[in-house]
Amino acid sequence: MGLFKKKKNEISKKAEYTEYDAISDRRKSESRQTFRRTIAAIFFAFLFLTPTVLTFTNSFMTASEISANYGSIFAQNTSGGKVFVSEVVNLKFIPDMVTFSQYATVLFKSPEYLMKFWNSVIYVVPIVVFQLFVASLASFGFARYRGKIKQLIFFLYIVLMLMPYQVTLVPNYMVTSELGIVGTRWAIWLPGIFSPFAVYMLTKYMRRIPYSLYEAASIDGAGEWQIFTQICMPICRGGLASIAILIFIDYWNMVEQPLILLDNEEMYPLSVFLSRINAGEISLAFAVAVIYMVLPMLFFLYGEEYLVEGILYQGGIKE
Amino acid sequence: MSDNAGKKLDRYLKKNAARAQKERKYGSARLRRWRGRAVSWLYLAPSLIGVGLFFVLPFGVVIYYSMINNPVQHEYVGFNNFIRTWQNNAFSLAARNTLLFSVIAVPLAVMLSLWLAVIMESRIPFKSTFRTFFLSPMMVPIASVILVWQVLFDYNGLVNVLLTRAGIDRIDWLKSDLAPLVIILLFLWKNLGYNMILFMSGLSSIPKDQIEVARLESATEGQIFWKIKIRYLSSTIMFVIIMSLINSFKVFREVYLLTGDYPYNSLYMMQHFMNNTFASLDYQKLSAAAIIMAVFMMVVIGILLLAEDRFGKDLEQ
Repeated sequence: MGLFKKKKNEISKKAEYTEYDAISDRRKSESRQTFRRTIAAIFFAFLFLTPTVLTFTNSFMTASEISANYGSIFAQNTSGGKVFVSEVVNLKFIPDMVTFSQYATVLFKSPEYLMKFWNSVIYVVPIVVFQLFVASLASFGFARYRGKIKQLIFFLYIVLMLMPYQVTLVPNYMVTSELGIVGTRWAIWLPGIFSPFAVYMLTKYMRRIPYSLYEAASIDGAGEWQIFTQICMPICRGGLASIAILIFIDYWNMVEQPLILLDNEEMYPLSVFLSRINAGEISLAFAVAVIYMVLPMLFFLYGEEYLVEGILYQGGIKE
Repeated sequence: MSDNAGKKLDRYLKKNAARAQKERKYGSARLRRWRGRAVSWLYLAPSLIGVGLFFVLPFGVVIYYSMINNPVQHEYVGFNNFIRTWQNNAFSLAARNTLLFSVIAVPLAVMLSLWLAVIMESRIPFKSTFRTFFLSPMMVPIASVILVWQVLFDYNGLVNVLLTRAGIDRIDWLKSDLAPLVIILLFLWKNLGYNMILFMSGLSSIPKDQIEVARLESATEGQIFWKIKIRYLSSTIMFVIIMSLINSFKVFREVYLLTGDYPYNSLYMMQHFMNNTFASLDYQKLSAAAIIMAVFMMVVIGILLLAEDRFGKDLEQ
């Protein structure tokens, strides 16, 4: 009996062995492929990270080191005397001497950068907050009850969202000049607040909330406002966070709108102003860039999951 | 006997009360729904007013402006402005450059990001770290990107240093016909991560059993990719194309910050044309240009959606 069992085991083992062989072959080629792919991923990661890392490390260089390294590209620092300037660019990741002097200059000696940074904040924060507010109301209107007219309007929102700036800026300019707010902060705020982007995103988010949830609340005697604030909004918290990040990135980097809608350079946000720096005070440019990067980076580090979720919600235009 | 009748009456009354209650409830529910419907338009109102005021209504004005001779006389001139704009050298240069850029950059962005997504879908280590790295360009402000690109592609920049070391003549990248290439690299660097995320979710939603079956029937990896995965990805691909197209129009930001109002000819983009026309206050030309572009975008997006409809159809059946 025992002998028979053993034999049977052996046979099945052998059969398994050949199959195992095939699998291990495939595994081997798979692991080779995985290896190649890992190499590719590392290569790309290197490419993707270099600019960020470079900006960060170079912000700790002294002014003379930066002008020595990059003086051939950017105009000479006016305050610097005769310093060694290499004829071609000298790309360096590690500063010779780590210094916070650039930051000190930006933060304490040249208030214009802080002013521009403050400008950026003043533009972006109300746009994010109020675009979300207007959009959550509107999306609730779109998602709670549907109808043919609403479907049509929603489609119009999608079309508007897909239009490039080059198209929407012209109408924007016409209205803002008609309202007499060209050159004021309102010219940036108002079109930003009413941008259809957040409405589109949030509506898609809200449509996933089962209708029965609203019905149940309604039968329990909740009014529309209660349903909105106590059921819909808490569910959408994640969606709001992810959309806020996407809006923030977009407006933090705005260039087109200030160029056309503002005529006073004093009011430019840092995103536009930073390009002017390159001509004059290149030694400060990296430090200012890092300061400008801090907020988005913080959002990114704490909200990467939300960002990814937001991107995915944006996916699938057709509903 | 009487006890029984009492029970019957009781049951009857209960039933009646229940029905009455039901009716009341349904009636009020219907009323409530009707009121809710009306109220839901109130919720929509702020956004509708804003969008109407800042986007829809002025677009009507734009159409009007594109048909008149000047803002003073308001004389109807038909399609003259369109013809004038179309024949304008700056416009055709801007349109050609923008189109060329999109035609090259968008397919590259789609293919490379799909490839990245396939890499990320396989069993490589440190996946989430790589994902963070690939997404990080989204967060880097343009200004720092511009700095680095200048360091790389300036006449005295790093790329030219490497070229001279390899014994090749250096090129003034941003002032040559190769300038769009530099901008395409920038565009890809900025947008690949975003597209990759979309493709990754598309890939993960493909039913695994289909791929298993194909594998059992000894389909090659290539066949599985082209015949199954691409089919399921068709709507994702369409969306990535549309988003990349829109983002490709945004590349003006970087070009402007790199080269200013009047860049080298090969970099003169649509937005340059718009900005410079704004400066000269030629609203008619501006309006005509905006409408030409809007129509073009609608046609392209319409074609893409139709193509997706036909391409993805056999999957749904």
